[in-house]
Amino acid sequence: MKNTWLILFSLGLFGWASCSRSTDVPTPEPQPEQLEMPIPTYFPKMVYNLSSNPITYDGFQLGRSLFYDGILSRNGTIACGTCHQQAVAFTHHGHDLSHGIDDKIGMRNAPPIQNMAWEKTFFWDGGVHDLDLFPIAPIENPVEMDEKLPNVLQKLRDSKNPDYPQLFKKAFGTTEITTERFTKALSQFMVFLVSNNSRYDLYLRGTTNALTATEKEGLAIFRQKCGTCHEGELFTDQSFRNNGLSIARSTDEGRFRITQNPEDRYKFKVPSLRNVGYTSPYMHDGRFATLEQVLDHYAQNVKQTPNLDPLLQQNNQLGISLTSEEKQKIIAFLRTLSDEQFVKDYRFADPGFGKAF
Amino acid sequence: MKNKILWAGVVALLAGLLSQSCKTTPDPTEQSTLTLSFVPRVGSQTLEVGTGKYKNAVGEEFTVTSFNYFVSNISLKKADGTTFTIPQDSSYFLIKATNLASQKVTLRGIPTGDYTELRFVIGVDSLRSTMDISRRKGVLDPGDATHDGDGMYWSWNSGYIFMKLEGTSPSVAPDAAGNQKFRYHIGGFGGYNAKTFNNIRPVVLSLGSTAAKVGPTQQPTIEIEADIAKVFEGKEKISLAQYPTIMVSDYSTTVANNYASMFRVLNVKD
Repeated sequence: MKNTWLILFSLGLFGWASCSRSTDVPTPEPQPEQLEMPIPTYFPKMVYNLSSNPITYDGFQLGRSLFYDGILSRNGTIACGTCHQQAVAFTHHGHDLSHGIDDKIGMRNAPPIQNMAWEKTFFWDGGVHDLDLFPIAPIENPVEMDEKLPNVLQKLRDSKNPDYPQLFKKAFGTTEITTERFTKALSQFMVFLVSNNSRYDLYLRGTTNALTATEKEGLAIFRQKCGTCHEGELFTDQSFRNNGLSIARSTDEGRFRITQNPEDRYKFKVPSLRNVGYTSPYMHDGRFATLEQVLDHYAQNVKQTPNLDPLLQQNNQLGISLTSEEKQKIIAFLRTLSDEQFVKDYRFADPGFGKAF
Repeated sequence: MKNKILWAGVVALLAGLLSQSCKTTPDPTEQSTLTLSFVPRVGSQTLEVGTGKYKNAVGEEFTVTSFNYFVSNISLKKADGTTFTIPQDSSYFLIKATNLASQKVTLRGIPTGDYTELRFVIGVDSLRSTMDISRRKGVLDPGDATHDGDGMYWSWNSGYIFMKLEGTSPSVAPDAAGNQKFRYHIGGFGGYNAKTFNNIRPVVLSLGSTAAKVGPTQQPTIEIEADIAKVFEGKEKISLAQYPTIMVSDYSTTVANNYASMFRVLNVKD
């Protein structure tokens, strides 16, 4: 009976609304509050299909809770936020290789989580092609969270603090917890992590004095000498390349692991350089601690290994010719990609109840 | 109260109209069910999971602890050459040797007719393998509780495991834990943005002279043997000692070429 009245009441409102000329009529059914994610005009075309997963305030908050909750791991100690820390652009500060559950060491360096909506593939080897499918990998990896997805979903259904069934209801309408809702909530949080407020962005948006003369020179040298691979305003062409790192003691064959194509051996994804000032150490195995070491590698230490990128062996010379002055200018420029607002944005921070490290 | 009844009437009317307009087949009484019953075997022997001892083509002894595979995209061909394809969303099945219920696949809504050929795919087609997570329900849901501990999904290299065969063999060198196990996890749909190996294999099974007669009162069962011995010798002989682990590698296609011929129709029961 109560429902009948509700229907009649809503119909009444509707009738009243359709007769009224007012434009700000209260809607009878409150719609979930949509969050407008920043879409910089100078970024390339977005890859993530937002229409299949519109970001709402409650969906984002649920994703944020999940991101920082160790409940995703076998013993409650490891959250996404363990290896992806906001203060360092969601990387694992001070770790060349990430360490996960029971102090097990992972095989690669944790990349930043930023501008995910523009990523065509995930992981250094591009093994995952859809952000919504991504979280299953760290959850089920024995050296990361070592848990099974069905088990995670069950723990969430049983969770009282926080009351996940209620959080799912707020985000998706009912208390049902499914794989789709779980991964899409995490995607809502991750997709919303847009970094576009570095000094370089201010410069792009017209504040010409946001960069110093040296930084502008660095930008010009960078575009000329590094800009083919680290192209565009995300500073990556998202291709897979062998950048000539020594493979002496490494067993990691990169993209080959996914495609089994011998031509992909030792190729890794060209990373975005946004926030690169925060994301040390560098390379897929975190072998370089500083940007100076990275540029020294390209200038002097490129090794002739199988599938070495043609761009790094032009005119019978390995690497990229760079003077020490040029290197310093490039580094000065790269530091302008640090987005302080992004790493301090309280909306992206641990909500505080997480049990993980 | 009156209003409520009125509403119920309107809803019923609408529902009626909808169901009329959505109807695609002429008459529900002319539809029936057909059951596929998959029988796991090793050569001529019935499979006994965990306990049965068998020999492969190169003479190596082995037991089987796990034998799972996806059957999808099922279609049926009539004697007159016309084909009925099971609606795609309800055409994915995961058959497990450890789960008897999974071995009986009941296909509903089959039009009346005499069916003489059965077609399906071992694995999950590339289109479904790249679909949005919302289109991966039931056995395709990586978070489905029935997968616990026996997953058929590669999370780090997005895709389904089409066929999983695990067991033990005295011919296999002990692993780090001292176990003499073999593990074949075969998948690979061809790659999303780079070409990779493709282990999707189509299967065509002729029912010969005994058609599966489907009708309002006829609900036949096709019994199909899934012969594990063929995994080791369908086209090329595979040695467990030499290949105790086959997962993401080019050699996995050898296994797929073998299992492509592991099915055989045993009989059709009315």
